[in-house]
Amino acid sequence: MNIRRINWPLWLGFLLTLGTFLSYFFIFVWFPFTRDFPWANLVLFVIAGALLFMGLRRAFASDCPHRTRSRIISSIVSVVSVAVFAMFVFVIFIGGRWLPASKGAPQVGQRVPDFSLPDTSGKQVSLNELLTTPINGKAPKGVLLMFYRGYW
Amino acid sequence: MRGIERSLSKLNEVGIRPVAISIDTTEDSRNLAQSQGYTFPILSDRNAEVIRRYDVVHTKAGINGEDIARPAEFLVDSSGTVRWIHLTENYWIRATPEQVLEVAQQLGR
Repeated sequence: MNIRRINWPLWLGFLLTLGTFLSYFFIFVWFPFTRDFPWANLVLFVIAGALLFMGLRRAFASDCPHRTRSRIISSIVSVVSVAVFAMFVFVIFIGGRWLPASKGAPQVGQRVPDFSLPDTSGKQVSLNELLTTPINGKAPKGVLLMFYRGYW
Repeated sequence: MRGIERSLSKLNEVGIRPVAISIDTTEDSRNLAQSQGYTFPILSDRNAEVIRRYDVVHTKAGINGEDIARPAEFLVDSSGTVRWIHLTENYWIRATPEQVLEVAQQLGR
């Protein structure tokens, strides 16, 4: 197989598509700047799309060797890439919104119910303790309760 | 929560103690704290009782169909009164330490 015959824009575009999809969850999600709106990923997807387009043009060119095979392969690769992009958009912009409304959550100005739960060492800790145990020798002004999904 | 950990000393300076709550076991929470370097308290609400009481439950959204917490942040002052809430509309968008610090400034001494 001749190295020059490899449709490198097509395969590079495909790899970039896969890498861009995964990079959000493994890299960009850690930084609010690239997580809150996935602009970095969208830029990478645009580059991947341009490469795939170049690859398709090459496969469909009249001087392309193995024309039928090239066209079939490049079409399949492009469709899979578009599907990966669609899945990304779905997961971030649609799936991410599947959250309950939480209408009964405590509102600003309301008192929250006290509770007691075990910490990482198994010791029971109450909200009242968290609100009164000094921070750096001073009485705390408040507690930031952060509920999260878990599973790590 | 990584952002909160990074800003922990700033938050502590203004008298704010961050606390995380999920349905994970104390052991899972301990592993999370170790792997991510979290030093704030992480509490285990195994049966989602507190999560339900705060109405931040996401019914059957867990990997095995359990009821879990949806991402949500509450800033409670020393009298136990809610001063700020952040109920995100998109799972990928969370409260930032900057937002919390801004509200913290408004809490009286």
